[in-house]
Amino acid sequence: MSPCYAYYPGCSGLGTSLEYDTSTRAMCERLGIELVEIPDWNCCGSTPAHAVDHLLSASLVGRNLAIADNMAEERELAGIITPCPSCLKNLKTTQHRLSNPEFRSEVERVVGRTVRADLPIKSVLQVVVEDMGMDVLANLASAPLKGLRVVPYYGCIMVRPPQIMQFDDPDNPMALDNLLTALGAEVLPFALKTDCCGASLATTRQDVVTRLSGRILDAAAAAGADAVVAACPMCQMNLDMRQAQINRANHSSHNIPVFYYSQLAGLAAGQGEVSTMMDKLCVSPRALLASLAARAGEGA
Amino acid sequence: MNIGVFVCHCGSNIAGNVDTEAVAKAALGFPEVVFATDTMYACSEPGQAGIIEAVEKYNLDGVVVASCTPRMHEATFRRTLERAGLNKYMFEMANIREHVSWIGKDMEANTNKAVDLVHIAVEKLRRDESLVAGEFEINKRVMVIGGGVAGIQAALDCADGGLEVILVEREPSIGGKMSKLDKTFPTVDCSSCILGPRMVDIAQHPNITLYTLSEIESVEGFVGNFNVTVRRKAAYVDWDACTGCGECTTKCPSKKTPDRFNEFIGKTTAINIPFPQAIPKKASINASACIKLTKGKCGACETICPTGAIRFDQQDELITEPVGAIIAATGYDLFDFTKYGEYGGGRYPDVITSMQYERLLSASGPTEGHIKRPSDGAEPKDIVFIQCVGSRDKSIGRPYCSGFCCMYTAKQTILTKDHMPDSQSYVFYMDIRAPGKNYDEFTRRAMEEYGARYIRGRVSAIQPKNGRYLVKGADTLMGDQVEIEADLIVLAVGAEASKGAAELAEKLRISYDPYGFFMEGHPKLKPVETNTAGIYLAGSCQGPKDIPSSVAQGDAAAAKVLALFSKDKLASDPQVSAVKLMRCIGCGKCESVCPFGAIEMIEFRGMPKASVIETVCQGCGVCTAACPQGAVQLRHFTDNQILAEVNALCL
Ligand SMILES: Cc1cc2nc3c(=O)[nH]c(=O)nc-3n(C[C@H](O)[C@H](O)[C@H](O)COP(=O)(O)OP(=O)(O)OC[C@H]3O[C@@H](n4cnc5c(N)ncnc54)[C@H](O)[C@@H]3O)c2cc1C
Ligand code: SF4
Ligand code: SF4
Repeated sequence: MSPCYAYYPGCSGLGTSLEYDTSTRAMCERLGIELVEIPDWNCCGSTPAHAVDHLLSASLVGRNLAIADNMAEERELAGIITPCPSCLKNLKTTQHRLSNPEFRSEVERVVGRTVRADLPIKSVLQVVVEDMGMDVLANLASAPLKGLRVVPYYGCIMVRPPQIMQFDDPDNPMALDNLLTALGAEVLPFALKTDCCGASLATTRQDVVTRLSGRILDAAAAAGADAVVAACPMCQMNLDMRQAQINRANHSSHNIPVFYYSQLAGLAAGQGEVSTMMDKLCVSPRALLASLAARAGEGA
Repeated sequence: MNIGVFVCHCGSNIAGNVDTEAVAKAALGFPEVVFATDTMYACSEPGQAGIIEAVEKYNLDGVVVASCTPRMHEATFRRTLERAGLNKYMFEMANIREHVSWIGKDMEANTNKAVDLVHIAVEKLRRDESLVAGEFEINKRVMVIGGGVAGIQAALDCADGGLEVILVEREPSIGGKMSKLDKTFPTVDCSSCILGPRMVDIAQHPNITLYTLSEIESVEGFVGNFNVTVRRKAAYVDWDACTGCGECTTKCPSKKTPDRFNEFIGKTTAINIPFPQAIPKKASINASACIKLTKGKCGACETICPTGAIRFDQQDELITEPVGAIIAATGYDLFDFTKYGEYGGGRYPDVITSMQYERLLSASGPTEGHIKRPSDGAEPKDIVFIQCVGSRDKSIGRPYCSGFCCMYTAKQTILTKDHMPDSQSYVFYMDIRAPGKNYDEFTRRAMEEYGARYIRGRVSAIQPKNGRYLVKGADTLMGDQVEIEADLIVLAVGAEASKGAAELAEKLRISYDPYGFFMEGHPKLKPVETNTAGIYLAGSCQGPKDIPSSVAQGDAAAAKVLALFSKDKLASDPQVSAVKLMRCIGCGKCESVCPFGAIEMIEFRGMPKASVIETVCQGCGVCTAACPQGAVQLRHFTDNQILAEVNALCL
């Protein structure tokens, strides 16, 4: 029986990173992972909420967890999953904080009901890599990404803090590396895998983001990558949408497409550019993908 | 029986919150107590004189002292009794300091508890008997385990003192870590020039037998009479025949064997002599790398060896050595630097350990003393040293300071500048800990004369960048982040207990701390003794130590052994188990529970009976608890005495 998860898309999944959400759902369907969206979910407060008030943040998450509890009563759930590392971090941190009985009763007072919060919480990436395994992914890749040279970029919170996230190595994670290798891409060693891109400081301290994200793009270019592969809507946005801004600030001239890994999974599975929503990327991958097709053609 | 009770004030330690006068008064009400008093310091000269006086004046048969722990002064007071003409076992101690005054502040409750403890002691004393110690011969040979600088020092001292010494080392050569060092702080003199001659002394000393490539298999017996079985591992070379000419190493085709002596920088041959100054200078074959031993082919060394020393069929050998004392000097191991993922150790070729760096600096090392990066052999210019890698970090289970890393890092920056005057060293540190003689001056020299840049803070990440490395860290004095581009990164790895230390401690029956370092008998007063008589410690096996301290401890351990062996016979402890043969049904339960193997089954009038080997018995009392018949009794702690103590409290 295929595993069924309560799915939390997160706000960006329905907005700025629609292509991440769409391709994630498609990828999961292919892999036989059933996703049931948490009905009437609300924003988890993202970065701002926990910065001002832990109770507020936990209550926002708590409501979603409580709805998932309801779902679990209806049918057997393997856990809660989300593609977004930031949402994931809020979900997992809240689950952790709820182990304090005093805090839990505060949260339950605000939410207005009990919150069990005992379902396992994972990122889609973790489920795909750990539960499906590399063989399944390789099988899925009917059109392997031959010749595509990529650097995997996890962002700083996908695997951190390790005590809470409990996924992969906090300093040198390999999940994305292995996944992309299974899809047929050439994965280059990338030291800045978990460096911060500046995250939401883009709205208040643009200079910080252009510096930090700029460094990541520089390193990707130095490594000789055709593209960066991201797993976080925020990172992807900073590297992709702000690439021109970064270039202006740093006097650089990068033109590096920044994919979501789920988009590449779709591509490798033969879903084509339209259904993987390649047109939603700001730095156009068109030329790269075309040259890739040509390269694959040569090989054949 | 006439009993005297002395209640000690221990200054304000006890009298501060126990009414000692009231305790003494209450003691007078206990059976057979004819005299009781409180006294300022019972252990002092006048305190002891007071006890002797009272013994004479009141014709006492036994004495109770209510004071500190028996660990501190039981022996002191027993000697006092002997001076007063009593048997030293007619003495009981009530611990009213550690068990009462130090743990509670309520004067009334404390006083009541002290009275109870004195009551217990009196009831036990009423059932005490005079005991007489026996004597046994001792074997005046000593075994030293571990041939690092501490073990070498201890072995030479003992041998010079006329003792026969057996030195057991598990590596093919003695020398330990020090033989791998280039120069030593704080004098920056050549390490092998100091150690080399001492190693030769070991080889040439008529009183020393050296077993290298050997480990301890088992230890039996007790102080004065141990039997230690040593496993001499197969070298696949007959060392009596081998002359150390090295011909074999030139012909061995297996040239990619990891070189342990050079800390795995560089390769060696399957048959090798670990380093030019090795003692003994004999070849040995690394079985997992040898083509003959793994695949049955080759045998080049056998053909070339002029003395025909190669023995592919050599087996491990077990040798049992009788000795009277053992010195453990097994040193330390280096922290596994790959545990810090953020430093990329194991992933980035130019992130190396401090010991690997010593080998790069050393003229006899794999690069002949030229500092070359492992990745491309280039000479580095900017070198970052990171201190406290595996020290003072609770999160990785190493909360202790390794003690010597601050100093050897300073040394390495000085040597770096000497080797490469236009290089620049950077040192990330937490604190500089340099408390030895001339030590602080030395680290200052590194900074002031040799221009090493010290940055107080931790490194968060190391990343490759254009063939170099970007080191990101914090400068906590500036309150800022720093980034340094480096060609080479040296991790000052800390010390941890030597591999297998805990297992060896179990064999020796000595205690070890949670990290595997051996425990001294008393942190202040017995720094080189253990809680097992006849077993001593030297060097870093007791905790990380630099060379001067390791050597000093080697000397101290040897002095202890020489003092022990200054007598021809030792007194045995009479507080051991004894079997009442009439009660014993020969079930053998005691024999099976005794952790020391001190009970043997004998035949007595055709019946099986238990019998205690008094010199082996440690007086732990496990047998007495196991005996269904109450036939085994621990002298001085009989069932009757224990029950009397319980009754004193409960009835
Ligand atoms: C990079 C570096 C540089 C240093 N530089 C200096 C310096 O300049 N000055 C200074 O004072 N100190 C220095 N030190 C510290 C120095 O290494 C130690 O003080 C010294 O080596 C301790 O000697 P030891 O005999 O106690 O232990 P070790 O040198 O570790 O010797 C222990 C010996 O016991 C053997 N052994 C272990 N277990 C067993 C067993 N079960 N059976 C048989 N044999 C066993 C080992 O093989 C080894 O030969 C440095 C340390 C490092 C890491
Ligand atoms: S084994 Fe033979 S060839 Fe090798 S060092 Fe010994 S004597 Fe020389
Ligand atoms: S037999 Fe083994 S040690 Fe001897 S030369 Fe061949 S590989 Fe080397």
